[in-house]
Amino acid sequence: MAQLIAQAPVAAEPLLKVRGLDKHFGPVQALTKVDLDLPAGQVTALAGDNGAGKSVLTKCIAGIYQPDHGEFFWEGHPVQIHSPRDAARLGIETVYQDLALADNLDIVQNMFLGRERVHNGLLDEDDMERAASKTLSGLRVTTVRSIRQPVASLSGGQRQSVAVAKAVMWNLKLVMLDEPTAALGVVQTKMVLDLVRRLRDRGLAVMMISHNLNDVFEVADRIAVLSLGRMVAQDRASAFDRQSVVEYMTTGGSTRARQAADGEATKHGAG
Amino acid sequence: MAQAEAPEAVPDPTAAADAAALELPPEIVAQSLGQWFRAWIARLRAGESGVLPVIAGLILISIVFTAISPNQVFLSAGNLVNLFQQSAVFMVLAMAEGFALLLGEIDLSVGYVAAVGGVIGVQLVQPTTARWPWWGAIIVAVLACGLIGAWQGTLITRLRLSSLIVTLAGLLIFNGVVLILLGLGPFSGYPSLAGENNNLQVIYKLMWGTIDPVVSWIGMAVIVVALGAVLWFGDSRRRRSGLVAPPVSLTLLKIVLIAVVSVVVVAICNVNRAAIGTLEGVPWVIPIVLAVLAAWTILLQRTRFGRYVYAIGGNREAARRAGIKVGTIVTWCFTLCSFTAGIGGLLYASYLGGMSNNVNGGQLVLYAVAAAVIGGTSLFGGRGKVLHGVLGGLVIGGIYNGMYLLGLDVKWQFIVTGLVLLVATTIDALSRRGATGGSVARV
Repeated sequence: MAQLIAQAPVAAEPLLKVRGLDKHFGPVQALTKVDLDLPAGQVTALAGDNGAGKSVLTKCIAGIYQPDHGEFFWEGHPVQIHSPRDAARLGIETVYQDLALADNLDIVQNMFLGRERVHNGLLDEDDMERAASKTLSGLRVTTVRSIRQPVASLSGGQRQSVAVAKAVMWNLKLVMLDEPTAALGVVQTKMVLDLVRRLRDRGLAVMMISHNLNDVFEVADRIAVLSLGRMVAQDRASAFDRQSVVEYMTTGGSTRARQAADGEATKHGAG
Repeated sequence: MAQAEAPEAVPDPTAAADAAALELPPEIVAQSLGQWFRAWIARLRAGESGVLPVIAGLILISIVFTAISPNQVFLSAGNLVNLFQQSAVFMVLAMAEGFALLLGEIDLSVGYVAAVGGVIGVQLVQPTTARWPWWGAIIVAVLACGLIGAWQGTLITRLRLSSLIVTLAGLLIFNGVVLILLGLGPFSGYPSLAGENNNLQVIYKLMWGTIDPVVSWIGMAVIVVALGAVLWFGDSRRRRSGLVAPPVSLTLLKIVLIAVVSVVVVAICNVNRAAIGTLEGVPWVIPIVLAVLAAWTILLQRTRFGRYVYAIGGNREAARRAGIKVGTIVTWCFTLCSFTAGIGGLLYASYLGGMSNNVNGGQLVLYAVAAAVIGGTSLFGGRGKVLHGVLGGLVIGGIYNGMYLLGLDVKWQFIVTGLVLLVATTIDALSRRGATGGSVARV
C-alpha cells in the first residue's frame, strides 16, 4: 500500500490541507489564519523562532488543541480533528520531542503501546515481537542489540528511531516529528535523518519541526516558515536558501529571498 | 549525552558489547547458561539486582535467627509454617499496595480498608445476628473494599487530588468505620470466630485450616507440572520462531527450581507439627496467597490492563498520548488495591480469630509498603512485580517471627523492620540512579 502512495504524482491534492487556522490562549493570539499543505511522499520542514506557534500548530493537527477557526482537508475531504483519537483514526502520528516512550517498557512494548495485540484476552507477545522486528529491519534500524531491551538502555538516536518506527508500524499517512534531532550527536542525527528519508520514500507525508537549518536543508522537500503565529512563507525547499529562511523566521518577510526565488529558483540546490 | 553515544561511536565492537551488556536483562542477550550467568553478574555490579537482595535477605534472616534462636527452633517445621501464616497478611497487603506503587502513587488506607473487610466478614457470619453463609460474607467483604477503592480512585483521578492525601483521609475515615462496624451487635466490640458454626469455621480456617497431606502432594504436583509445561512450551515455541528466548538450560533450571521449592514447602507442611496429636498438611492460606499471586501476575504481565499500568508508572504522558485512558486505569488500580486489601483483611481476621479495636491499620499499611519495597517494587513507579510483595512479606514476617522467638520486645521489631526498609529503599534509589546514568538523561 505504501508503494502505491509513493507513486502518486507530486502535483496531486496534498494529503492534509490546513486552511485559515486561528488559535488563541486568553489574550494571546498563537495562530492567525494559518494555511499549510502536507503532501504525501514529501518532507515538509516547519521552521520558526521560539514562540512562532510551531508546537501549537502541531498540536492542533494532532487533536490535542482545538482551533478556534479553520478547516482541515484530508485527501481533499473536509474533516474534524477533535481529539488525538480522531487524528490517529485518520493516520496522523506525532513523534514528540520528549519521545513519548515509557523507559521501563521494552522496545516491543513501546511500539505497541495502546494498540496491543491480544489472543484470548492475553497479550500475544510472540506476534507483536515478530511484527516489531519486521518494522525495525524494514527501516534498517539495526543498531539495537535486542528488541526486548528496555528503552531506558537505548541511546538518544535509538530512542528516536524507536519512536519513529512506532509511528510507521501503524500504516500511518502523516508523521509529525517535533525536533527529531535536538540533543543528538552527529552519528545519531544522520541515523534519524536517514530514517526520515525512508519514511518519505515509503510515501508518507512527513512534517519535521526543526530549528536546525542543516537538517532542514538536508532532508526537506518543502519548507514552511511561521513567524509570530502567521505562515510567512511556504514553498519547495529549492526556493529558499539559509539566509532567506532565517530572515523569514526573524522578521516575517524577505524581499531579497522573494527576488531570488523568482529569478533563480532552479539554480538553488536544496541539498 | 556523551555516554549515550558511546556504544555507537566506539569502533571496537567488543567494548560496545560489554557496555551494552551491563544494562540488559541477562535473559535477552545470553545464548547459553554460562553467558547468562556472566551477564547476570555484570548486571548485579551495575546495580540492577531484581529479586536478589530480598532472596539474600531471606537467607541471612534464616541463618541469623537459626543460629541464635533457642534450640534452632527457627527452622523447625512448626515455626516455618507459623512464619508463613504470620507473613500471609503482609504478603497480601503488599500485593495490594503494589497496584498503587506501580503507578507511582501510594495508598495509605490499605490497613484500615483491610480491617473494614475483616470486620464485615466476621460480622456477617455471626450465627446469632447476621447469619450469612461464609461465601456471601466473603464476597460482600471484598466487594465493599473494592467499592472503597473505586471511591478513592475516583476522587484521585476526577478531582485530581493527591493519592497521598486522599488515602491518608481514608486511613482516618476507615479507622472510624471499623470502630462503628465493631460496635454492631451484642459482641462488646469483639465479634469472634470462635464456635462450632460452619460459617464461622470456614472463615477461621482461611488461615488455620489444613489440607490433607496426600491431597497437598497431588495439588502440588499438578501445579508444578502445569507451570513447568507453560514455561517449557512457551520458551521452546519462542526459540523455534527465532524470538528472544532464554537458553534451554535456563528454562530447565527455572522448572527444577520451582519443583524443588514446591517439594520442600509441601514436605515441611506435611511434617506433624503438633506437640500432642496431629497437625499436618499445607495450610489453606498457602493456596490462597498463591491464587492471588497468580491472578494478579497474569493480570499485570499478560493483559492490556497490566501493560497500561506499567506504562502509566513509567511515563504517564506517553501513556496518555498512546490513547490510554489513564484516569480509568488509575481508578481500577485503586479499586483492585482495596479489593486485595479486603482479602488480606479476611486473612487477618482469621489469623486473630475475630476482630477487635486493637487492629492497628496504620502499622499494617507501613508494613505493606515496606514489604513491597523490600521485595523490589520501586516507589517511583513502573518497576516491580506481584511476586515482590510475597517475598517482601516473607522478610517482614521472618523478622517479626525471629524477634518473637528471641523474646525481644516489639520495639526492637519496629527498629529492625525500619532499618530493613531503609536498606531496601536505598537499593531502589541506587539502582534507579544506575539505570539513568547508563543511558540518556530523562526528559
